[in-house]
Amino acid sequence: MRLPLLALLTRGPAHGYELKQDLEKLLGAAYPQPNIGQVYVTLGRLEKSGLIDGVDVEQSGRPNKRTYRLTDAGREAVLAWFEQTADEPRVRDEFFMKLALAPESGLADPIALINRQRRQYLNTMRELSRLAASEDRDNKVSQLLIEGAMLHLQADLDWLERCQEELE
Amino acid sequence: MSERAPTGDRRTGRWARVRAALRTPSAPGGAQGAAAGRVPAPLVRAEQLVKTHRGEGTAPVHAVRGVDLTVEPGEFVAVTGPSGAGKSTLLHLVGGLQRPDSGGLWLDGERVDAYGEARWALLRRRRIGIVFQFFNLVSNLTVADNVELPALLAGVPAGDARASRAELLAELGLEGRERSMPGELSGGEQQRVALARALVNHPALLLADEPAGSLDSKGTREVLRLLGRFHERGQTILMVTHDARTASAADRVISFFDGQVADDAPLGGSRREGRRGVSGVLELKE
Repeated sequence: MRLPLLALLTRGPAHGYELKQDLEKLLGAAYPQPNIGQVYVTLGRLEKSGLIDGVDVEQSGRPNKRTYRLTDAGREAVLAWFEQTADEPRVRDEFFMKLALAPESGLADPIALINRQRRQYLNTMRELSRLAASEDRDNKVSQLLIEGAMLHLQADLDWLERCQEELE
Repeated sequence: MSERAPTGDRRTGRWARVRAALRTPSAPGGAQGAAAGRVPAPLVRAEQLVKTHRGEGTAPVHAVRGVDLTVEPGEFVAVTGPSGAGKSTLLHLVGGLQRPDSGGLWLDGERVDAYGEARWALLRRRRIGIVFQFFNLVSNLTVADNVELPALLAGVPAGDARASRAELLAELGLEGRERSMPGELSGGEQQRVALARALVNHPALLLADEPAGSLDSKGTREVLRLLGRFHERGQTILMVTHDARTASAADRVISFFDGQVADDAPLGGSRREGRRGVSGVLELKE
């Protein structure tokens, strides 16, 4: 969560709870809600490494809140983050290993493994479809997140199909 | 829709009786009949269906190799698998568009595998609606006429056909498109017209052959949403698709490989094998 928080702070200073809410609003209900404790811990670490500065702001009748602003080093980190391309997703390693080793062990039928795995993927695909239908249509970021997950799952299902064709 | 006499086919007395007997389960929401205590026959039952395509000078293709299949009233079943697996052939057998080489086929308890073209045409007019990948609308008829045609062919009075058509087109978000020609519509709109045409006679069974296969993602979403909505009201649907996203709209998915059923899985049950479920695939990792 380090870099998303830094990237949000490029807009101007904010405190932890604001950042959590902004992230939720941006990513939509589909994205697993960030844990507020995790946000505070991450902000503390970012401050320690000099990427943000924290200032305590007094509040009447409530504990102080700590507001953070990006340092020059923090800004550099965000720029470098945007410069980099992301790693490719990887094939489902654990399932692949099971499939490779099932015939060696003689303890599992590869086709049964494929069928079971397909059931799970299809159920997840169904949940994603429902999530997409229930999520705000106008939140493009959120819809794209769900669609991305569905396309990855589709690729995994296509791959299972190939495995089945070859191993049947 | 009110009960009405099927004037067109009145001379075939036996069929009129069959239809009368079938009318209750054919009505929308017919699946509720099951809750009323009667144990209904499966809407579709296939036993050991076999179909081999024999082209001249080419090796025979064993498209369907001994398939058993049951579809209960109210189910939404998807058949999925790679292209060439024989899933479209299976759908065509169930819709009588092709005849099996051997095996038995029952629709709502009635054995139909030996029926000839005329009897199948009647079944498709009254009890089976079909949508295809490429819509297959009549290109020189308006949207309204495309939808009304099957009703008129089934002997529905013109006024009732118009009313059904208007209701369906409104339901499918096609109001104001009645006078359009199919060629003036987007793919998604054409498929919705095809869906209206398939449903205008309230068939007990809707067959869909790659219904989203030639649509963009917006059109796909729309057609799947509509299929889901009709299903919620009790429409029984058997759909063939190579696309897993489309298949996941169904509540049961049959995986078809090499002319045979490889797996038959209910979806959306409470038992989830995945440890992470849906939030796991959405979580962004750093």
